[in-house]
Amino acid sequence: MSAETLARWQFGITTVYHFLFVPITIALSLLVAVMQTIWVRTGAEKMLQLTKFFGKLFLINFAMGVVTGIVQEFQFGMNWSEYSRFVGDIFGAPLALEALLAFFLESVFLGIWIFGWDRLPKKVHLAMIWLAAIGTMISAVFILAANSWMQNPVGAKFNPATDRAEMTNLLTVLTNPVNLITLPHVLVAAYLTAGGLILGVSGWHLAKLGRSGELAGKQLDQRAAWTWATKFGAWVMIVAGVLSIATGDIQGKVVTAEQPIKMAAAEGLCNSTQSAGFSIVAFGVDCSKPDSGFAVTVPGVFSYLGKGDVNATMEGINDLNKKYATEGFTTNDLQVQAKDRLTAAGVTDFAPSIPVTFWSFRMMIALGMIGILIGLWALLATRKGRLPKGGKLWTAAMIAAPLAPLFANSFGWIMAEMGRQPFIVYGVLPVSAAWSPGVSAFEVGLTMVLYTLIYGALAVVEVGLLLHYIKLGLPDVEEPKVLTDDDAPLSFAY
Amino acid sequence: MVDATVLQTLWFILIAVLWIGYLVLEGFDYGVAMLIPFLGKNDKERRVMVNTVGPVWDGNEVWLLTAGGATFAAFPAWYATLFSGLYLPLFLVLVGLIIRGVSFEYRSKHPDSKWRHTFDWMAATGSFIVSLVFGVGFANFILGLPVAADAKLTSLFVLEPRPYFWQLFSPFGLLGGVVLVALFLFHGSLYLSLKTKGELHDRAKGFAAKVGLVAIVGGAAFLIWQQFVHPTGLIGWGLLVLAALGLVSAWWFNNAGRDGIAFVSTAATILFVAVGIFTAMWPGLGFRDAAGAALSPLNVTTASSTPYTLTLMTVAAVIFVPIVLAYTTWTYWVFRRRLSIENIPDEVPATA
Repeated sequence: MSAETLARWQFGITTVYHFLFVPITIALSLLVAVMQTIWVRTGAEKMLQLTKFFGKLFLINFAMGVVTGIVQEFQFGMNWSEYSRFVGDIFGAPLALEALLAFFLESVFLGIWIFGWDRLPKKVHLAMIWLAAIGTMISAVFILAANSWMQNPVGAKFNPATDRAEMTNLLTVLTNPVNLITLPHVLVAAYLTAGGLILGVSGWHLAKLGRSGELAGKQLDQRAAWTWATKFGAWVMIVAGVLSIATGDIQGKVVTAEQPIKMAAAEGLCNSTQSAGFSIVAFGVDCSKPDSGFAVTVPGVFSYLGKGDVNATMEGINDLNKKYATEGFTTNDLQVQAKDRLTAAGVTDFAPSIPVTFWSFRMMIALGMIGILIGLWALLATRKGRLPKGGKLWTAAMIAAPLAPLFANSFGWIMAEMGRQPFIVYGVLPVSAAWSPGVSAFEVGLTMVLYTLIYGALAVVEVGLLLHYIKLGLPDVEEPKVLTDDDAPLSFAY
Repeated sequence: MVDATVLQTLWFILIAVLWIGYLVLEGFDYGVAMLIPFLGKNDKERRVMVNTVGPVWDGNEVWLLTAGGATFAAFPAWYATLFSGLYLPLFLVLVGLIIRGVSFEYRSKHPDSKWRHTFDWMAATGSFIVSLVFGVGFANFILGLPVAADAKLTSLFVLEPRPYFWQLFSPFGLLGGVVLVALFLFHGSLYLSLKTKGELHDRAKGFAAKVGLVAIVGGAAFLIWQQFVHPTGLIGWGLLVLAALGLVSAWWFNNAGRDGIAFVSTAATILFVAVGIFTAMWPGLGFRDAAGAALSPLNVTTASSTPYTLTLMTVAAVIFVPIVLAYTTWTYWVFRRRLSIENIPDEVPATA
């Protein structure tokens, strides 16, 4: 395998892996902050227990997000040095701002939150988790601005003297239409996932209590806590799920406008079609052969997804390929300027892989829908304070509650990033012209094997810890007090 | 718009500041982590050590991430050539950062002693690797990494010859690695003695007295050697004297029982050493021309972003760096108390 292919796999593996921890970090930080806020306002012991319980799961997850995130920041330069040089004037700024505005906020205030229970008054301590949660969201704003720029490189021009893209307007970069819709979609998907984690864990405990016969003493308190958390998680899932459909719908229209060939590939649409249908399944579509493949299609729906009108014409891969070959990409200045370079680079097929985009798109939708349905079922099963009956299907649903939305996130990203192929900067810089020429296949291959081993081992440890603490259930808590005696034991320390 | 040269100079200085923040702050938590398996005689003592850095280590590491991000944003060509050129060393840094990063968090999650030993050694090993590689790295920046334009992508500079790996381990490079490890051990043991009470404090102080001598001798050798491989004139010698005074003062005040001044002294030493290194990296950014020209073709002018981007970043830095400094300072104030084994609660029995 060439160094370039290996570098692509390495980016795929490390990025998908990193993003398994990101949604929980973004959303669970804020949901834990909500729990702690309710505790501070009401003094209800169960809310402190839930804060500490989900706080611990959050931290186990957060550690993985941090360490895998460092790899992300380094690997642009390591594996994609020509890309880094070419786009650094634009792409570097959001990364630097993310570190300065978001990472400091997250890390510093989370550190105080973890160790500060005995050091700070209640309300000040509460502010720490809110600040950390805000930090995670600011981080999303900048990294998605950077990613959206790769999808739709606005606010930049090509400078022949320096042979690179240069920023003309930061505001245009930040208000990129792709960014404005990707940001809310990614955020609500994160809440769908974290809501799923809260629901899954709580619903599982609730069903366990339901099997223990007559409840007494502590069990009644646990039942109250888990019931609250189950409903809370379910509501978060439902609201976030509905919003992810709404934002996803808008995003489909933005992508159709900015990257029509990505949408065409996600449907396997070879030729421009009026009132194009949405395929539930499709196999063997090959646009170089007429009428190839098999598909089960619902008429008009794809046109509606892309343009909000069942009668609209959706452009197909073949027609788009022809158009790009003659006119180049024309959505923004940088693309217009890049036309001759693309011709010189000999890029003729501008379409991403059909099966990858097609199936990742559908997996995202299906898994997200499953998440919403689980949320609805959980609400139904716990209405009027009932205990869910449990059973195999319930257990399966509780396991799927976090996992289905989590993998929906992964598939959404796979669609977005694979759908940008063959470009690293859409319509401007092909991936094949962006990697590090000084790095050998041996180096990339070696590090990829080692990353995989380390990440695999860490996954075992992380999942083991999560399951351990999930099974332990709610911790015993005592009201934290600010310590004044220097020799007194802390109520909590590592 | 501000003149490009002014902005480039400013951002070179700012990146140096971010590195100094990282080396001064994370330097001590690397030192503490390397010492966990050696200075903590029982689990409670090791927990004291972990808790002295627990609230702050992650924030300390962000200085490195910000330095990386700022290099990408302000000098993309520097970032591109450096990170791809030092591929395997940077991979080692990443491995070190990964295994130490999870260790602080995960060691506490099981009382099992085997589990904890594993993570203690991971924290120590990871911190050691990162310190060593950065030490070797900075020594090589002083020497200058040879660069030439890539044959095909002619705007991109690559290290020449490729692969550039074994060349990094010259005697001067190796000495840099050893000295940085010794310096961080000294800095970390002084931090420990500043932040702890009782036996652990005395042990940290005793260790500092020993490792301090290694740091003084090794540091002096390295700094003097540096003046010959890459002379920076009076400034260089001046910074050398200041750094040496810092080391001696740290050693002296540690022995005199003045933990605070001793710690500030190693912090000052790291500052002076880093300023000296960055002075040597001006204006070639730690590169030199592989063909032998006096000025590296990859330098503070050719590597930089546009004045537009640099101006925007300057605005952000002027606003947010002081804010970050303010709340970071506050964290250290919140956790200002010394810790002892008395402060560490027993393991809470598992509640089912």
